[in-house]
Amino acid sequence: MTFAISTELICFLVLAAVVVVGAMAVVLLENIVYSAFLLGGVFMAVAGLYLLLNASFVAAAQVLVYVGAVNVLIIFAIMLVNKRENLEPIRGLQVRRLLSGGVCLSMLALLVRVVALTDWALPGPPAIGEEATARIGEHLFTDYLLPFELASVLLLMAMIGAIVLARRDVLVQDVVTGDPVSQGLIEKSQPPLLPDQPTS
Amino acid sequence: MLTQLGFSIIATASPGIDLELSITNAFQGLGVPPEVAHVLWLPLPMLLVLVAAVVGVLVTVWLERKISAAAQQRIGPEYAGALGILQPMADGLKLLVKEDVIPARADGFLFTLGPVLVLVPVILSWLIVPFGQNLLISNVGVGIFLWISLSSIQPIGLLMSGYASNNKYSLLGGLRAAAQSISYEIPLALSVLAVVMMSNSLSTVDIVEQQNSVGLLSWNVWRQPVGFVIFWICALAECERLPFDLPEAEEELVAGYQTEYAGMKFALFYLGSYINLVLSALLVSVLYLGGWGFPIPVEWLANWLGVSQDAPLVQIITGSLGIVMTIFKAYLLVFLAILLRWTTPRVRIDQLLDLGWKFLLPISLVNLLITAGLKLVFPVAFGG
Repeated sequence: MTFAISTELICFLVLAAVVVVGAMAVVLLENIVYSAFLLGGVFMAVAGLYLLLNASFVAAAQVLVYVGAVNVLIIFAIMLVNKRENLEPIRGLQVRRLLSGGVCLSMLALLVRVVALTDWALPGPPAIGEEATARIGEHLFTDYLLPFELASVLLLMAMIGAIVLARRDVLVQDVVTGDPVSQGLIEKSQPPLLPDQPTS
Repeated sequence: MLTQLGFSIIATASPGIDLELSITNAFQGLGVPPEVAHVLWLPLPMLLVLVAAVVGVLVTVWLERKISAAAQQRIGPEYAGALGILQPMADGLKLLVKEDVIPARADGFLFTLGPVLVLVPVILSWLIVPFGQNLLISNVGVGIFLWISLSSIQPIGLLMSGYASNNKYSLLGGLRAAAQSISYEIPLALSVLAVVMMSNSLSTVDIVEQQNSVGLLSWNVWRQPVGFVIFWICALAECERLPFDLPEAEEELVAGYQTEYAGMKFALFYLGSYINLVLSALLVSVLYLGGWGFPIPVEWLANWLGVSQDAPLVQIITGSLGIVMTIFKAYLLVFLAILLRWTTPRVRIDQLLDLGWKFLLPISLVNLLITAGLKLVFPVAFGG
């Protein structure tokens, strides 16, 4: 075994261990903040795996999108709403845990079966290394144009949904307390948005 | 496979000096097997970059102190060394031996991990800064994109330290830093994209080379003036320098996310912010000011003087001129950043977000569109 191959193997084993253990911890830890930070670590390790596969553009994009945007926004949201409240104890927690554990284990068994039965030694196309960036661009603008545009429409929908949820002034009733919402307090903008509001 | 990422490309131009080869040969001469010699070579460029980054910070800190003193009609540091030039060393030494305090109710592990996560991506980004044709750690294909994605890790470290400090000012500072970083990342990436579109490559070496065909006149700053200004504003915002230092606004937040930090952990934040400033200045000079290029192309000068470009002496002069030019341009920009810091007031958080989302983002999109159009119409000037 040459030096380069053994280094690669060690890197792979470490990254795979980080992904597996980190993902388990994300699900199993009680503290949601730890889970969120660990999720970032898992994303980074996945980026490392891409790097091992010679896909440096995908790795960088993974870091930019998943760690830099998705994970930061998750942490951001958690910290903005991090209220200490005593949650109601869920009834039948043990049964629920057993059920979900069973579902997960059967999924794992299915995956293991697929891994074991598939013939992985397929001849793939030759690796193109650094030209991958240009190739990805070509595909995005030719045969994968429709999925690409559909994904952007999906993102637009999500954004509009977020704006509707965030603009509480369309609601007449407070979600939490049930009191009627004082519109003036919510939207204190210079031009009065509501016509019946007296300009002071 | 790993060699692509390997740190194998420090060497001057092809017929000249190959540092890697000569050092690995020297190790092999001592009876070390070739693979081990390669492993022994690997840490050397990294060490070099670390030293360069830290020295850059020391110089910048000294400049900051002296220029701020001049801006406020003070003298500034003057007892530590000539003109106070050793003052940053004294500062560093003080921070090194200071007690490392972890607040009692803080989350010790995250509190320690936060500053590391802030510093490491910044230092890693030095991988792609070229000081000459072949004078960079690694000419990775994704180049400038690597820097953009690495710098997006930083807010996680800031949020982490803000949360772990268990202090409302820290948390607010961390949240502000994350919001600011996310908002300014997008116009920054779009203005980089316009440059990348012109040079048909993400690699920093290619970006510099397409600017140096006719010297000063072919620098990207003339072809991308809007992109240059947007990039500079966003770089300042990413470095949390003053007009945009809201995450650590003294008057409102004590010191933001670094309020609870002392000693070496504080020094990591401090180092991180200054390394980031120097890095941003270097990248502005790479992207817009012709990187290592001399205002008059060196090839022309060599032709006029009637010397061959491949002569060893000429190569050494060209190489050193490249390094000097890169550093000179970068420090010109650092000087500008320091002047801006000591002469401008801070923007409010709503002004900051308005500027980012409602002004810079549309402008950078329009800039990208215009660049694409110009590239189609004038492929000669805009790298068709």
